[in-house]
Amino acid sequence: MHQTFDHALEVNLLHANQAGADHNRAHLDAWGVTCLNFMSGPGAGKTSLLERTLHSLTPALKVAVIEGDMTTDLDAQRLRQCRVPVIAINTGRCCHLDAKMVAGGLRQWAREHNPAEFDLLFVENVGNLVCPAEFAVGEHAKVALLSITEGEDKPLKYPLMFQQADCLVVTKLDLAPYLQVDLDRIIAHVRQINPQVPIFPLSAQTGVGFSPWLAWLHAQLSPQIHEKALFA
Amino acid sequence: MHETDMTKALITTVRDWWTEQPRPPHITHIHLAVGEFAGVEPQSLEFAFASQKQNTFLAAAELVIEEIPLVAYCRPCNQEYRPRVGLEYSCPSCRGPMAEIRSGRELKIQHIQYQEAYAPNL
Repeated sequence: MHQTFDHALEVNLLHANQAGADHNRAHLDAWGVTCLNFMSGPGAGKTSLLERTLHSLTPALKVAVIEGDMTTDLDAQRLRQCRVPVIAINTGRCCHLDAKMVAGGLRQWAREHNPAEFDLLFVENVGNLVCPAEFAVGEHAKVALLSITEGEDKPLKYPLMFQQADCLVVTKLDLAPYLQVDLDRIIAHVRQINPQVPIFPLSAQTGVGFSPWLAWLHAQLSPQIHEKALFA
Repeated sequence: MHETDMTKALITTVRDWWTEQPRPPHITHIHLAVGEFAGVEPQSLEFAFASQKQNTFLAAAELVIEEIPLVAYCRPCNQEYRPRVGLEYSCPSCRGPMAEIRSGRELKIQHIQYQEAYAPNL
């Protein structure tokens, strides 16, 4: 004879990942490192944005990169040209980085370098507009990218990514003259879901629009970083 | 296909609970709440669960998914509304942005049903 029972659990499915992300962030805070998670669909220009950004920020700031890629390390090779430490994580069949993978990257970084000497950590997520939005990795802010070639409707079709973003970079602005694209419409679509998010239209090719983006980045630095600069 | 990872997370969480029980029970149903505004497709989740549960302690368990609609709240109009996901998220009355989500972000194991052999304490 069997008796049937019911047990209330009320646990978030992503509970374990969130705990891992909080753990990662505690390490980053102890090191005084600000971590940004870069997310977009494939080919929106994450690596190009990082290349130009790294050229602008270094060597005044010390920056490291964790690079998530499903199978290759082509992006990691490109970013190593910028003379910053790049930790490549192959996610295999997994379409996003999760907290555990990034924890592995942080351990490797701490073995090879002293993270406390760094100011910023850029995490370049796997190109995907859906999954990375659900998986925190320990970042202090999420940076979403949308290229103007992707179409004005993407914020409406993939709302979670744009709703979760703390900052939106609209890339490939240099291509605007060749496309029938309405930048105001893209921005209006994003504002429907995330009314306050800072939006930076720019071109990593020409550098147009980079100043406000770099100013936003500087504003994200942890207070400890300003101290580091003071005593340097 | 991150529903595969979500399912792994689900099974891990349930296993943690299961092993904590004095006598590991026979789980028959797992009740999930999946919001319309969560990045998960319920059908893909069911598919992934059906394949991953095989030869585990959950082999006989069924997944019961309750889909929770996206409900937003417009403060200026003091009203809740249902955005049309994929099309329009603004408040239908004042066209203001979707600034507050009341429900639809859920990705939660609500409760577990299980059976135990009835063994009265004689």
